[in-house]
Amino acid sequence: MAFETFAEFLNMGGHGLYVWLSYGLGLLTIALCLYIPIIQGRETRRSLRRRIQRESVKS
Amino acid sequence: MASSWLPRWFYQLASPRWCYSITGKLIPWFAAVGGLLFVIGLVWGLAFAPSDYQQGNSFRIIYLHVPTAILAQSFYMLMAIAGAIGLIWKMKVADMVAKSVAPLGAALAVLALATGAIWGKPTWGSWWVLDARLTSMLVLLFLYLGVMALNSAIESETTAAKSTAVLALVGLVNIPIIKYSVEWWNTLHQPATFKLTEKPAMPAEMWVPLLVMVIALYLVFGLAMMLRLRNEILTRERRAGWVKELLGS
Repeated sequence: MAFETFAEFLNMGGHGLYVWLSYGLGLLTIALCLYIPIIQGRETRRSLRRRIQRESVKS
Repeated sequence: MASSWLPRWFYQLASPRWCYSITGKLIPWFAAVGGLLFVIGLVWGLAFAPSDYQQGNSFRIIYLHVPTAILAQSFYMLMAIAGAIGLIWKMKVADMVAKSVAPLGAALAVLALATGAIWGKPTWGSWWVLDARLTSMLVLLFLYLGVMALNSAIESETTAAKSTAVLALVGLVNIPIIKYSVEWWNTLHQPATFKLTEKPAMPAEMWVPLLVMVIALYLVFGLAMMLRLRNEILTRERRAGWVKELLGS
C-alpha cells in the first residue's frame, strides 16, 4: 500500500480533487459507452420483433 | 470476389451473420477478462503503485490518461482501416465497424484531453496550453466529430460510409503527428511512457499496472464496439432471412 490511512488515500497528498475528478469522469464515460449500446440494442430488438410479427400476420 | 489470396476468415468477416454470431460468443469473455483486469489495474494504480517523487499522487492520473490516449489513436486507425476495406472491397461489415467505432473514439479522445487537463493543472499550473501534443489530440477529437456528423447528415448508408472513409483516411496523417509531436516540437508534455524498442523509464511497480490498464481498456472498449456493431448489423440486415429467424422465434 502506498498510503497509511484511508483519509490519506482520499487526500492523495493534497491532489485528491484532481485524481478523483479524473477517475470520476473516466468511470462515468466508460459506463455510458457500455450502457448506451445495451439500451439501444434492446430497443432495436424490440422494434424488429414487432415488425416481424406484423409481417407474419399479414402474409 | 474472384481473388482468393486472402485468408478465409477475411471473407467470413464479410458476412454480417457470421460477425453477429462470433461477437455474441466473444462478448462474455471480453466482459469477464476486461472487467477483472480493469478492477485490478484501478486498485493497483490508485492504492498500491508508489507515488512519483516529483509529481506526488497526481501522477496516478496516468493510469487513466495514457490508456485512453493510446486507445483514442488505435480506434482511429481501426476506423480508417475499416473504412479503407469498405471502400476497396465494398465490404458492408467494414463500414459498420467504422461507424460503430467513431463515437467510442470521440469519447476516448474527450477523456484523454479531460484527464490531461486535470493532470496539467497541478503539474504545469495550467489546464490547457496550446502546444503540439495537445493541439494534435484536439484535432483527433474534431476528426471523430466530423465522421460522426457526416454519418448522421448523409441518409444513404453507402454514401455516408464512403465519405467518412475518405475523411478518416485523410485524417490518418494526424496520427504520426500526435506520436512525434513530443519530439519534433518543444512541448511541456512528457515523452511516451511505452516504446517498442526500449524499457520504460519508470520502475516496474509503476508501469506494470499501467500495462494492465491499457489491456483492460482495450477489452472494455472492444466490448463496447462489438455491442454497437451488433446493433448496427441487426438494423441494416433487418430484411435478411437470418435476422427474421433469429428474432421471430
